[in-house]
Amino acid sequence: MSNLKQEPSIPQIRQTAGAGAARAAARKRKKSSGFGAERRPRWVTYTLLGAVLAISAYPMYYAVLLASSDAVTIAQTPIPSLIPQGNFFENVTRVLDADIKFWQAFFNSLLIAAITALSVVFFSTLAGFSFSKLRFKGRAGLLVFVIATMAVPTQLGVVPLFILMAELGWVGQLQAVIIPGMVTAFGVFWMTQYLESALPYELIEAARVDGCNLFRAFWSVALPAARPAATMLALFTFVASWTNFFWPFIVLGPANPTLPVSIQLLQSSFFKDQSLIMSGVVVATIPLVILFVFAGRQLVTGIMQGAVKG
Amino acid sequence: MSISSPPRPRQSTTTGYSKAAERKHRLAALDMKVSPYLFISPFFILFLIVGLFPLAYTAFVSVHDWNLIGGQGDFVGLKNFTDVLTQPRFYTALRNTFSIFLLSSVPQVLFAIIVAAILDQNIRAKTFWRMGVLLPYVVAPVAVSLIFSKLFADQSGMINEILGTFGVNPIRWHADPLASHVAIATMVNFRWTGYNTLIVLAAMQAIPRDVYEAAVIDGASRMRTFFSITIPMLRPTIIFVIITSTIGGLQIFDEPRLFDQAGQGGADRQWMTMTMYLYELGWGTQKSFGRASAVAWLLFLIILIIGAINFMITRRISSEGKR
Repeated sequence: MSNLKQEPSIPQIRQTAGAGAARAAARKRKKSSGFGAERRPRWVTYTLLGAVLAISAYPMYYAVLLASSDAVTIAQTPIPSLIPQGNFFENVTRVLDADIKFWQAFFNSLLIAAITALSVVFFSTLAGFSFSKLRFKGRAGLLVFVIATMAVPTQLGVVPLFILMAELGWVGQLQAVIIPGMVTAFGVFWMTQYLESALPYELIEAARVDGCNLFRAFWSVALPAARPAATMLALFTFVASWTNFFWPFIVLGPANPTLPVSIQLLQSSFFKDQSLIMSGVVVATIPLVILFVFAGRQLVTGIMQGAVKG
Repeated sequence: MSISSPPRPRQSTTTGYSKAAERKHRLAALDMKVSPYLFISPFFILFLIVGLFPLAYTAFVSVHDWNLIGGQGDFVGLKNFTDVLTQPRFYTALRNTFSIFLLSSVPQVLFAIIVAAILDQNIRAKTFWRMGVLLPYVVAPVAVSLIFSKLFADQSGMINEILGTFGVNPIRWHADPLASHVAIATMVNFRWTGYNTLIVLAAMQAIPRDVYEAAVIDGASRMRTFFSITIPMLRPTIIFVIITSTIGGLQIFDEPRLFDQAGQGGADRQWMTMTMYLYELGWGTQKSFGRASAVAWLLFLIILIIGAINFMITRRISSEGKR
């Protein structure tokens, strides 16, 4: 387990140069002036960052601009004016009326994403609790196996998986998408990493002395302690599920679609009317943008923590 | 001692007590022994059923005549493989997949390093900028693809219009193979560069600042410290980013599928990828699960080979680092 953790810099210094040097380094890192790299950067930096922000935000804004316009205007002006036009709600109404089962797709997506996120968090935390805090034979080997499965291109098993779903009579049914995603290797690894450092072993011992069995200890000690990492895992799983296309497209199809499956139908049936297609794109993306406004900070932290640990 | 020789009646009660305690103890021991496995079992069971078994069963399907509707047919040996390998489309798909993959992975890593270097300064409103680069991550590939296929439209597309103001002739983003690969790679880069930027940024911040200070004292310029300290210390992270993008990149489907309304990869299949070819064989007009499985298996082998090459390069680089 220890090789999975990357030491932060200060402890490293403490080991190599002693506690005094580490304290000095920590002091220096906090100071905002004195060393070149820590000085406040000038306007060049902010201009560059502004450009990056513009590139990452413009395509979505472009979709909004087209969604609020109409087919004729779009055909005449390849570069849309920077101000949205007034046709957005009319276009959205047309999306809702189009034969793409929008509302059904919306609730399917919501249901699948919510159930998947809850289930991944539950089973991953359970496994993470076991891997990080319980002693059993073969633990290290099994954990390595879990990590190794992340490199397996399981999407290539799509044909037999489809045959399996057909045998079960699940083609076109939501469980065909929900069940294969109920627990992920990434989730197990993520929770193992977190609980390793966040859950003191004494707490489990105390729970066991009080007569808790291991599941009880998991439920009342590990699960509450795992909350910060569990929230991030739930967010990542929700985003991944909401944006997933390949498997829902194959196994659900247009009869009982998720949002991405439903929205792409607009392109084949109304390819001449970009205002309609873009309205669909905007409506399907808004829920995640709202989620991002409230939870984007946690997504950022999650990616950065995962990177250092992994 | 009194404990070793207690009065008889008392002892009988303790025996009764210890029987219950023993049962409890045995249950607790069983709990300690079995529960750890029980807790990790959901992952292994699920992976076995929806991950490993389908992958292995693909080999079985690939040596049979197997129709989407008709189901399992005769054993045909390697016929599906030879059928697929004699199709020019297979090689077109292979070319397209690699071309799109290279065009998306290399610039992505480069941009991620550059943007991370900009973010790795003492800037104001750090979280705001970091969230800014991550924004594209929440836009579904389907949405990204619909937006960009309009931006990259051959006629009356915004990008051609902008290029036109600089005197560049309109690029046939859909008709020309390489141009279509660039357009599709741009979609992938748009969605994933920010994500990878944050991973690289985290690694940059883990580099002890004192190393830089020592370099500055030795008279190194900012450029010099970037190339002699930052880049070498980012090596493991860059390798991690490349490996994860390889596995996903070679299976790309969403973006090319939605690059036009037909979804077949263009008139000459100029941007049809391996996974799109797999889909076309299995769920398109042929409905041949046998051939689709053959393609899946071939792609699996390709990913394995690339993975092995990755591994060897990684090992060489890391052993060089040790020297």
